[in-house]
Amino acid sequence: MIKTDIAVIGGGPAGICAAIDAAASGAKVLLIDRNSQLGGQLIKQTHMFFGSQKQHASKRGIDIPGILAEEMKKYQDKIEVMLDATVLGLYEDWVLTVEQNGKYKKIAPRAIVVATGASERFPAFPNNDLPGIYGAGAVQTLMNVYGVLPGESVFMVGAGNIGLIVSYQLLQAGVKVKGVICRSPKYGGYAVHASKIRRMGVPIMPQHRVIYAHGKEKLERITLIKLDENKKEIPGTEFDIETDVLCISTGLTPLGELLWQIGCEMKFIRELSGHVPVRNEEMETSIPGIFVAGDVAGIEEASSAMVEGRLAGLCCAKRLGFVNPDFDELKQDYLKQLHDLRSGPVGESIRKGLAKIVI
Amino acid sequence: MRIESHPILTFKKGRKVKFTYNGKEMEGYEGEPIAAALHAQGIKVLGYSPNRHRPRGFYCAIGNCSSCLMVVNGKPNVRTCVEKLTEGAVVETQRGKGDLK
Repeated sequence: MIKTDIAVIGGGPAGICAAIDAAASGAKVLLIDRNSQLGGQLIKQTHMFFGSQKQHASKRGIDIPGILAEEMKKYQDKIEVMLDATVLGLYEDWVLTVEQNGKYKKIAPRAIVVATGASERFPAFPNNDLPGIYGAGAVQTLMNVYGVLPGESVFMVGAGNIGLIVSYQLLQAGVKVKGVICRSPKYGGYAVHASKIRRMGVPIMPQHRVIYAHGKEKLERITLIKLDENKKEIPGTEFDIETDVLCISTGLTPLGELLWQIGCEMKFIRELSGHVPVRNEEMETSIPGIFVAGDVAGIEEASSAMVEGRLAGLCCAKRLGFVNPDFDELKQDYLKQLHDLRSGPVGESIRKGLAKIVI
Repeated sequence: MRIESHPILTFKKGRKVKFTYNGKEMEGYEGEPIAAALHAQGIKVLGYSPNRHRPRGFYCAIGNCSSCLMVVNGKPNVRTCVEKLTEGAVVETQRGKGDLK
């Protein structure tokens, strides 16, 4: 049995920041990640971040894990990192079970920060399981981490920020992007990302939906249909497009299995993209001592995940009696940063969702 | 196909290693996911589903969705999107659920 004050599950932007702030408050932290390197999905984000300086705005996502690793070094006597380690279960006696290099290990933490992130959603249409139909995150991983092209031409489903950004990254890598569709009357991402790919000749086609994928062993062609303003299909408007890759970026859904298992109160919140844990403003769930941060608490983006991580780490340490001397100032600062990131029309839906889940 | 030059990224690759795919010798880079090494050679079909025998490729590429299961060194149900390529790996198309030996 491995003992620690705080186990942080997931070493993405939220988890790393949670570990840093918990350690800065004096707690001993075990940071567990199933991959061979920390950083989560940041390791494939080649675009520059928005937000403010505090969340590393204007830095590329791929450079942020290095910056955070540098900050982690200050607390190396407090933070132990466990890589290639998959958490399998979280039991009622608070034992975490972990598989690492084929070995089964048990961890007994006094408090836990769950920062397990999200997984990709999968829209329903016939033959959506054909090889060549990939999640947008998968395309990014293949292309930006391993330098392998997804195919010759790509058609993009979903025009939120991920769909638009990945389209641009595909163009950078020399892949033809045949078009981007979304169901709404207007694309959902930022205008700056949309303009970039439009300038490079990629059509953004609102009010369309994929209704069929064709191909024997792998994707060859898709059928699209036009939608009216209420997202209803307009019969007779079907047409085909040839493509060997269909990239799906219709959103993510929180990976909350461990929270379900331990019995945290969960609610379906549409604006946060799935079932998320009820929590207070300090990111503590309905079970005292179990905290959450990042996409598992509701789908947003990496900037807010980092701030939520810091807030959860700070408050989780306090729960165990490790009170940072600057606790009040830090907490107010993090809450203000989150408030600012979620302000304006872009954050409207997130604000609505949080109003239903933060007690 | 591999990206030869990129405006932002440089790719750190492991050493070149040989492996076999359904008995055929192939090359890839040590430490990259098996599915990436296969994809670079144009191989998108990794297995066939248990009941309806539908072709399967990867979908999420981060070990969540189990769409990329293959038989590696005799062991079935290996998630090849996160399993690292090693020298001499024996990689085979998986049909169905795989057998415990």
